[in-house]
Amino acid sequence: MTQSYARLIPACGARVSFALLLAMAVFLSASRGHALAADAEIKIANFTFDPPILTMKAGTTVTWVNNDDIPHLVSEKDGKFRSSALDTGDKFSQTFSTAGTVEYFCAIHPHMTGKIVVEP
Amino acid sequence: MDKTKKRRSEGLEVDRRGALECMIWAGTGVLWALSGGVPKSVGLLGEALAAEASGFTFLQISDSHIGFNKPANPDALGTLREAIAKVKAVKSKPAFMIHTGDITHLSKPDEFDSAAQLIGESGLNVHYVPGEHDFIDEGLGKLYLERYGKGTKGQGWYSFDDHGVHFIGLNNVVDLKAGGLGRLGSDQLAWLADDLKGKANSTPIVVFAHIPLWTVYADWGWGTDDGLQALDMLKRFGSVTVLNGHIHQIVQKVEGNMTFHTARSTAFPQPAPGTAPSPGPMTVPAEQLRSMLGITSVDVRFGNKPLAVTDTTLAG
Repeated sequence: MTQSYARLIPACGARVSFALLLAMAVFLSASRGHALAADAEIKIANFTFDPPILTMKAGTTVTWVNNDDIPHLVSEKDGKFRSSALDTGDKFSQTFSTAGTVEYFCAIHPHMTGKIVVEP
Repeated sequence: MDKTKKRRSEGLEVDRRGALECMIWAGTGVLWALSGGVPKSVGLLGEALAAEASGFTFLQISDSHIGFNKPANPDALGTLREAIAKVKAVKSKPAFMIHTGDITHLSKPDEFDSAAQLIGESGLNVHYVPGEHDFIDEGLGKLYLERYGKGTKGQGWYSFDDHGVHFIGLNNVVDLKAGGLGRLGSDQLAWLADDLKGKANSTPIVVFAHIPLWTVYADWGWGTDDGLQALDMLKRFGSVTVLNGHIHQIVQKVEGNMTFHTARSTAFPQPAPGTAPSPGPMTVPAEQLRSMLGITSVDVRFGNKPLAVTDTTLAG
């Protein structure tokens, strides 16, 4: 569900998409009448995750965007979640509702690793 | 052949019977010639091919990345077509060809189809091993194995014998672990130990896999975590040749009885280890691309003769 949500956003550059994501998040939180954490983006460029360690509140949706000319595949360390192969410009989103540390890597280039710290 | 650049790597010595006598990397592919007979001096590509009419030759191509269309090479199918034209132009027909993986860019059915159709035009029997780009369909390798897994073990590894040489094709791109490099896994290593059981030390061995089995550059993932375990099993053999792809450039070394080579890509070059922020497709001016996909020949002779390397660009 989160994956298709991200794909609804026009592919008009990561920065614009991010801004739209934020705008939609604000809109959704306003319309629902309760607080919703701002969403976050992790860029994949030059075979690295940026930021390599992301700290955020539980309930945040993280979107990975591949800016490399080579596909990457985001996978939790033990495969608890896994994207499909992300070609250039492709995105993958995942919502983290439980506090804790999530370790992930690129299942195609496993030396690429990243961490998400989910705060309660 | 005008633009042939010769680079003699003196001091790399090979001293063993049954060694690969002559290895010619033809264009974006690699031509390998084996002979159990008297060593021959090999000159330019054409002469080498003529001289080896009675020998045993096979070809290597690698990293065709069908489906890749980024600036580094908008037409990966076109450059594979050029490579296959080179293969078809070889005068003494090679016994077969090996493809050391990354046949496709995204493991899509139409990419596999296009590659198979074009490579099939070579008229050669082709032995494949997968690259990580061939194992990223939803079924994590299902499409590759449906096509190329028949008669293989596990995730597509196998061995066969030809002209007295034992060939071993390995898969080091499956079930990769966070923070690691390429990986063979315990099942494949156990199979390899069993496969080598009973083989005489004098049997020439050629082992091929996508990611280098030796560590070329760990920071970029250019190595195999448990590759050393496989190489240890091969140490007792008098002649071992390890052929890989993945890094889209030629790197080679000789260590004891083992000769290591990585092949060029037919699709796009990658930077030399550590010379760029990261690996990945390297965009060069269009007129230079084919000079990055040039011809290299390697000539290994018997009896304390140096291993000679000849690079020839495709730009001429």
